[in-house]
Amino acid sequence: MNILSKIIIPLFVFFIIMYGVKKKVNVYDTFLEGAKEGLIMVFHITPTIIAMVFAVNIFLDSKFLEGALSFLKPLLEFSKIPLDILPMAFLRPISGSATLAIMNGIFINFGPDSFIGRLASTLQGCTDTTIYVLALYFGSIKVTKSRYALPVGLFADLMGIIAAFIVTFIFFG
Amino acid sequence: MVNIIWAGLIIIAILYSLLNGNIEVINNGILTHATSGVNLVLEMMPLIILWTGIMKIAESSGLLKAFARFLNPILSKLFPSLTKDHKALGYMASNIAANMLGLGSAATPFGLKAMQELQKDNPKKDTATEAMITFLVLNTGGVTLIPTTVIALRMMSGSKNPTEIIITSILATLISSISGLTLDYIIRRRKKK
Repeated sequence: MNILSKIIIPLFVFFIIMYGVKKKVNVYDTFLEGAKEGLIMVFHITPTIIAMVFAVNIFLDSKFLEGALSFLKPLLEFSKIPLDILPMAFLRPISGSATLAIMNGIFINFGPDSFIGRLASTLQGCTDTTIYVLALYFGSIKVTKSRYALPVGLFADLMGIIAAFIVTFIFFG
Repeated sequence: MVNIIWAGLIIIAILYSLLNGNIEVINNGILTHATSGVNLVLEMMPLIILWTGIMKIAESSGLLKAFARFLNPILSKLFPSLTKDHKALGYMASNIAANMLGLGSAATPFGLKAMQELQKDNPKKDTATEAMITFLVLNTGGVTLIPTTVIALRMMSGSKNPTEIIITSILATLISSISGLTLDYIIRRRKKK
């Protein structure tokens, strides 16, 4: 698995360049042309990224989620769902780096092979950060009316989170 | 909608910290988080520039089109509004492939480029098209076959079997993506009527 993930990118680059040379594309000039488009792309996504990182980070700083979730504590102890996993489930659609940090904390406190460690791993692997991706992709092309995109994306996240709980219970419970 | 979430996050954060006497943290945050944002941009920038350059070669040589045609049986069902050799399809296919392999940072430039191609034949530039939304749902579902970051972290934390979560992740991912795409499909069908 590890070797595969190490050679796949070099092979990919090799193949594209080889194919380009074979088809008599001026690969260097074409690369520069594309790279210039990339630079403009970065320019366009910078405000979006700053806006999202700012909002998500001060939200995390405020510890609001921890406070709000502590009310649910008695209910959770009753249902056997580990309390420490909840902030991760809630933050999954908002911030990938925040959930990664929580997962790491769970590994340190409970170990990666504990039930909660496996659950956290599955949660981290199962969905991407919907709100961030939406803001980034639509922001880059200046689409402001996202129509039904967010509800559908969040629905997919919710189903993924529920599925992660159920599947982990079945496999490792 | 993003509008509301963005405002909500900030308003809740400031109000909650004021009530808790924790406002100093927020004060520092306001001053430093813009830097974190710029740092993230700087982290992504080299990869975006490099990949858009390399993928431009794939586009000019016709490789991207060939790749899109290869995945066409699946993609044409998901994106009925696009023509068979639409440029966006090649970028979408590359994006999905990179995501599946857990190469998230390589996937982003392809995704951005796909959106750009879709935007070219969007009649209302400020409004998302159906194809854009389907692509976004497919993307946020995160069709990850090999969650490389998670595996690496498990390994570093001393897991006896770091890869054992691959199968549970794939199952959860599949359920997430299928649910999202199904809901997207239902909404599209109802809008047509």
